[in-house]
Amino acid sequence: MINSPAELEQFRQDILAKRSSEKARISVCAGAGCLATGARKVIDAFNAEIEKEGLESEVCVKGTGCPGFCERGPIVVIDPQQTCYLQVTPQDVPEIVAKTIQQKKVVERLLYCDTVKNEKSVREADIPFYKHQERNIIGNNIKIDPKCIDDYLALGGYSALTKTLFQMTPEEVVDEVKKSGLRGRGGGGFSTGIKWDAARKAPGDTKYVIVNADEGDPGAFMDRAVLEGNPHSILEGLIIGAYAIGSHEGYVYVRQEYPLALENVGVAIKQAQECGFLGRNILGSNFDFDIKVHRGAGAFVCGEETALLLSLEGKPGEPRSRPPYPATSGLWGKPTNINNVETWANVPLIVSNGADWYNQLGTARSKGTKIFSLVGKIKNTGLVEVPMGATLRDIIYKIGDGIPGGKKFKAIQTGGPAGGCIPEEHLDIPVDFDELIKVGAIMGSGGMIVMDEDTCMVDVARYFLNFLTQESCGKCSPCREGVKQMHRILTNITEGRGKEGDIELLEELAMSTGSASLCALGRSAANPVLSTLRYFRHEYETHIKEKRCPSYTCQGLVSYYIDSAKCGACRICERECSSQAVMGGKNLIHIVDQTKCNACGTCFEVCPTKFGAVIRISGEPAPARIPEEARIIVRQRYVPKKAKQAETAV
Amino acid sequence: MNKEKIEQIISGHHCEASSLIQILLDIQSEFHWLSPEALELVGERLKIPASRIRHTATFYKAFSLVPKGRHEINVCMGTACHVRGAPRVLEVVQQITGIQPGETDIDMKFSLDTVNCLGCCALGPVMEIDEQHLGKLVPAKTAELLKHYE
Amino acid sequence: MSEVSLQIDGKEVAATDDMTVLDAARSAGISIPTICYHEKLKPFGGCRLCTVEAEASGRTSLVAACVYPVQQGLVVRTRSQKIDSIRKVLTEQLLAYAPESEVLQTLAKDYHADKDRFAKEPSFCILCGLCVRYCTEVKQKYAVGFVDRGPRREISFIPEIAARECWDCKECFPLCPTSALQAAYVLTKSLAPIASSERACTTMADTNSIREMNQTDASFAANDESKSKTLLKAIAEG
Repeated sequence: MINSPAELEQFRQDILAKRSSEKARISVCAGAGCLATGARKVIDAFNAEIEKEGLESEVCVKGTGCPGFCERGPIVVIDPQQTCYLQVTPQDVPEIVAKTIQQKKVVERLLYCDTVKNEKSVREADIPFYKHQERNIIGNNIKIDPKCIDDYLALGGYSALTKTLFQMTPEEVVDEVKKSGLRGRGGGGFSTGIKWDAARKAPGDTKYVIVNADEGDPGAFMDRAVLEGNPHSILEGLIIGAYAIGSHEGYVYVRQEYPLALENVGVAIKQAQECGFLGRNILGSNFDFDIKVHRGAGAFVCGEETALLLSLEGKPGEPRSRPPYPATSGLWGKPTNINNVETWANVPLIVSNGADWYNQLGTARSKGTKIFSLVGKIKNTGLVEVPMGATLRDIIYKIGDGIPGGKKFKAIQTGGPAGGCIPEEHLDIPVDFDELIKVGAIMGSGGMIVMDEDTCMVDVARYFLNFLTQESCGKCSPCREGVKQMHRILTNITEGRGKEGDIELLEELAMSTGSASLCALGRSAANPVLSTLRYFRHEYETHIKEKRCPSYTCQGLVSYYIDSAKCGACRICERECSSQAVMGGKNLIHIVDQTKCNACGTCFEVCPTKFGAVIRISGEPAPARIPEEARIIVRQRYVPKKAKQAETAV
Repeated sequence: MNKEKIEQIISGHHCEASSLIQILLDIQSEFHWLSPEALELVGERLKIPASRIRHTATFYKAFSLVPKGRHEINVCMGTACHVRGAPRVLEVVQQITGIQPGETDIDMKFSLDTVNCLGCCALGPVMEIDEQHLGKLVPAKTAELLKHYE
Repeated sequence: MSEVSLQIDGKEVAATDDMTVLDAARSAGISIPTICYHEKLKPFGGCRLCTVEAEASGRTSLVAACVYPVQQGLVVRTRSQKIDSIRKVLTEQLLAYAPESEVLQTLAKDYHADKDRFAKEPSFCILCGLCVRYCTEVKQKYAVGFVDRGPRREISFIPEIAARECWDCKECFPLCPTSALQAAYVLTKSLAPIASSERACTTMADTNSIREMNQTDASFAANDESKSKTLLKAIAEG
């Protein structure tokens, strides 16, 4: 139990003193993504190898938080040199230990290699993916074992809390956050300082502060990485916020689909309690505060503040209208302040470094950095932290390294189901809250889904509306009915049943749903439709008028057939077809049985390039089957040159 | 239904009505479904009317009111997985298991569901079987993987 | 409670700060259409027919009058092209469920709604929640509640409670803007588990008397031809 700031500093110095004597540190990303690709086995392999070589007193191995380069996991960083190895397998471990730990050499084949310039990057910071980022928050993840509070303390953790409790008044804390310009990172983008102020000034002694970790936008996993990888940064932010607002009870509401985040935040809370950062008389300051964890139960709508509050009260998460706002009447009717995970994680940085430091980064009305999840048709899938104002082009091409497979960029979808698709013409806009709204999207929680020429934009709208029909709470008619009707029309269009007037009806439904719905889910439900209509109306018209899908995505509108002139009868497509729709056979031209084919496109993908025999069409029927007799391939008997000469000689 | 275990779960949350969702999550995790008897017992202990218990149990998708199979399959239908071909993976799973999302097959072997983002987008398309993540799926590979489950 | 003065459709209205825009409008004789509103129940804000424009501090937003609190100086407009379009679409969406509902037919006339705009739905409940909320807030019997969410949301009776309580109550029946409630109740009643003491002596006579009771029920609740048609259809299917 640490009872004063002085004791904390002593404790911190003791940790640092112990660490300076360690010679090397092997950090292996143990985030959910890397664990799914075998990181646990890599960690075990390192531990076994270190033991085998008798190096325990010289090297420590840590499973850490997610550093964000998810495409290339499992990731290993070796300190003090900061050598970064990618896609490490247990089989690589003996070589790494021998070469890098013992011989201080580098294992070249595991380094990042820029395929265009043919340059390798040895240090983590030199890898282009990381180099172009500003990793104020996520940069610490690789340095921290989330189950070890000492790691957080070694980096200066909880010093912002000490400064808050002993050098600042609650009003001063609120002012600092206001001055920093921090805006909510969960999607609302509302001024955090103003929100805190409202809760602080609300009458009442019982107030609550809540971490909204119900990250529901599909394709967004920034909060998961911070919660799993550096839970103490969020706890510290929450305690600071509680002090500023006058709350003594906090909740972390975590979606149940994140078991590792739940585990790590639970461990962090326990360790914080043991050290005295939570509980009564924190660090001897007379301030009491404690935190409980509450699991979500699979409802996207519970990311909405009023729904989240009802869920905390054990009820179905049906949003209620505002006013009153949670700041004056929230959990159990008491003043409550809810902020997103990343918002809370910014708070210790603002307190430690000051609002002036913080608002130097970013644009006029969007300050600081933002973590985005860059996913979809992109080479470097992962988590990207950039200052507000970075361009989409830089994010996609400098950090993301562009589109794989030589495909053409089509659009980037930002903001989740409430957001929109941004085409090539706007890639140079600075990413900030207001600029994204101007082009018909929103920042949302930070999901960025990259789409290429093979993505059908009508299908994208249908996908989001399908998501919303599952997630709408159903309380208010404009959302419940509007979302259902829009989804129905979009499904009809993608399945070849679109008709004249559908686009106009979609626009009318978008207006009523967007204007009259009770909460933000309903009010933004039409955004995917409106934004794809804005930039890709021609795709809708093609689907409706020509019953054709230009990107060959809508399975009901696409057929695959085999060009008999090109088929080499290699039988690969016959084998790979999961519907047994390819009639193959040795030396028989293959045929796609249209009655069994579900247009999944596998045959098109696996047909060897030298044949390129599978043809995909849309908007017209597949040609008639060739007759059975025409299928037989008569192969010339291959005779090697020498044998041929022998033959003719005989 | 193991009545003692359920009583234990309820008292672990101090019989607080506001812990209803947490209690149901624990029961779901323990028994892989919420039986009518379990719901009735929870309602009695927490003094919550049956209609609210039912609304809560049907509102949240983490809960299943029917028993689950031996292997629970969750196919991720998040946006990133979607653009990488998740619907085709789902179709194969449906074809092979013979069930739709939300269903369990007649032999109680597989339960299928979709989930909106597991947070492993770099591995997309992803599915989770028995809490194990299987990534970079294509229809043929998916078919092959499913054969290994008894 | 303090005095508040606001403007509705150009008219100055005096109110108190515990009132909603709908309360204030009604007190001044200004009509705003509602479906899910009832004086005895807490405002729900579900049907959104009462959507109005509310302007405060230079910003205009569309709000549900039944839940939006009055503010000093608020300027409210209860009709506009946008509001009318919204009410038209909402009515059309609900008519797909209950084309014969009087409440909806009146709205259809006022807002030129086309009852065939959207494909007919198999259910006739428009989920206004009046029955659920009445049973919860006024009767406190909790015999009927919501289940599921989104487009799959429905009302559902708890058979054991309904069998015990509803027979003598039926106070929610006249609240229903369509005839779905009675049908749901009747269906549930016929499915209700028979009490164990009666189980042993279920005879043809007993079954017939249950049928008789249901038909009496039906004619009690049915005060027009369309409602009784629906009920009898429900009994036949139940």
